[in-house]
Amino acid sequence: MSDTGDIIREEILSPEGIQEAIAVMARDIAYRCAGDNVAFIGIYTRGVTLARRVAAVLKSQGLEYPVGTLDISLYRDDFDNRGMDLPRLESSDVPFALDDTRVIIFDEVIFTGRTVRAALDGLMDYGRPAKIELAVLIDRGHREIPIQPDYVGKKIGTNRDQYVKVRFHEDDEREGVFIVEKRSGQTPHPA
Amino acid sequence: MSELNPRKDLLDIESLDLEEIEYVLENAVPFKQLFQRSVKKVPTLRGKTVLNLFYEPSTRTSSSFEVAANRMSADVTNFTISSSSVVKGESLLDTIETLQAMRSDYIVIRHQAAGVPGIVAKHTGASVINAGDGYHAHPTQALLDAMTIREVYPEYKGRKVVIVGDVLHSRVARSTSTLLNKLGIEVAVLGPGSLIPEGRHEFMTRLRSWDEVFDWKPDAVYLLRVQMERQEGQFFPSIAEYHKMYGMNSQRLVRMRELGAYLMHPGPVNRGVEITDEAMRYERSLISTQVENGIAVRMAVLHWLKPETDKD
Repeated sequence: MSDTGDIIREEILSPEGIQEAIAVMARDIAYRCAGDNVAFIGIYTRGVTLARRVAAVLKSQGLEYPVGTLDISLYRDDFDNRGMDLPRLESSDVPFALDDTRVIIFDEVIFTGRTVRAALDGLMDYGRPAKIELAVLIDRGHREIPIQPDYVGKKIGTNRDQYVKVRFHEDDEREGVFIVEKRSGQTPHPA
Repeated sequence: MSELNPRKDLLDIESLDLEEIEYVLENAVPFKQLFQRSVKKVPTLRGKTVLNLFYEPSTRTSSSFEVAANRMSADVTNFTISSSSVVKGESLLDTIETLQAMRSDYIVIRHQAAGVPGIVAKHTGASVINAGDGYHAHPTQALLDAMTIREVYPEYKGRKVVIVGDVLHSRVARSTSTLLNKLGIEVAVLGPGSLIPEGRHEFMTRLRSWDEVFDWKPDAVYLLRVQMERQEGQFFPSIAEYHKMYGMNSQRLVRMRELGAYLMHPGPVNRGVEITDEAMRYERSLISTQVENGIAVRMAVLHWLKPETDKD
């Protein structure tokens, strides 16, 4: 994905800041999920990277949680508005039974909450988890539906028409969390 | 995200860019993975309607489109029109008017006359998918064939496919060979001289016998259905003669095994004509895979096309 035309306004987390936030999330998950049968599900693209990073931190502490992936494109509520952005589908991979599992969904940013709504629908077509929770690196506010995260790396205040972009070195050239000005003529993509 | 221009209709293979072909074939893979789940359905086309308009009998293609649309949560209406009724220009336009009033979002159409899906597409806001028109085109068949070949040969460029049978009357042969050629797969043909078109598709190598086929070392052999209803006595002497000359039999199966070549057929098969019972059980037959991939590809096509009836 190219950032051509974006004006990077502000870095809100450096790569070190991201690692710290991920460590906080890992600690919180280890504490609250102790003894449970836990599995992670990352939402494409960067939710997957986030889930893998948190899982890696926990693994170094002897806690091994499997990571699955979910593409929620087919569950979005804005399919009619696809216009020029034809969605390229990814392979969802849920290589473990969800029934009786405590599932934590990972996404890099929570904004309107609509992506998570779609992820809940998508996830439940794979099985019936005992419990579903939500972990995000950034909570930027402006919810449009009643969905709240259980684990948050960092909470920030934003204007509704700004973009918050999380960039990981696994997926992008430069790592960091940035607030980006709205490009003219585009509406923010609900995240 | 990609910068592909949205497309309203799928009428043939010739007009597709390589990028669009890649887009559909790549999206078909995650659609196929849905079939492994206990819930095979996604809500993407909830509230949309798909009209299956078949002027020619077809069980496989129409049910494949129906399953694909159902798995996308669209509502499907099947509209089968007797193949014997002569469709005049005027009655076709009347039909289109009726379809407009039904406010379908997608129209899947099969017609015995080439070009009819194109005419319907011009007069409706619905996305029109050509499910076979005369000897012209059958684009979703070509896409499912390409998907099937790419599954067994991830490095598909430079692979070789020979199409055997009635190439002249086959919209499958036309669409599939065009698509394989666009993907960089070599295509050859074998069939009765009267059923191999002259001058069409210069890119296809003309082979004269099964010996030439096996010397050419194909990676897949694609048998066409002998269209019994319009063939016998006209283009080749007899069915038995056809079977002897061009059918997949035990001896030819031995050569297939030596080469490790895959066997394909668009269905429905005429056992004892283009293929024997034994060959139907060949371990490298992709015939059932083609059926399964047909659903995935048709889901990817429904997902890709953008009807004018969508609100923006």
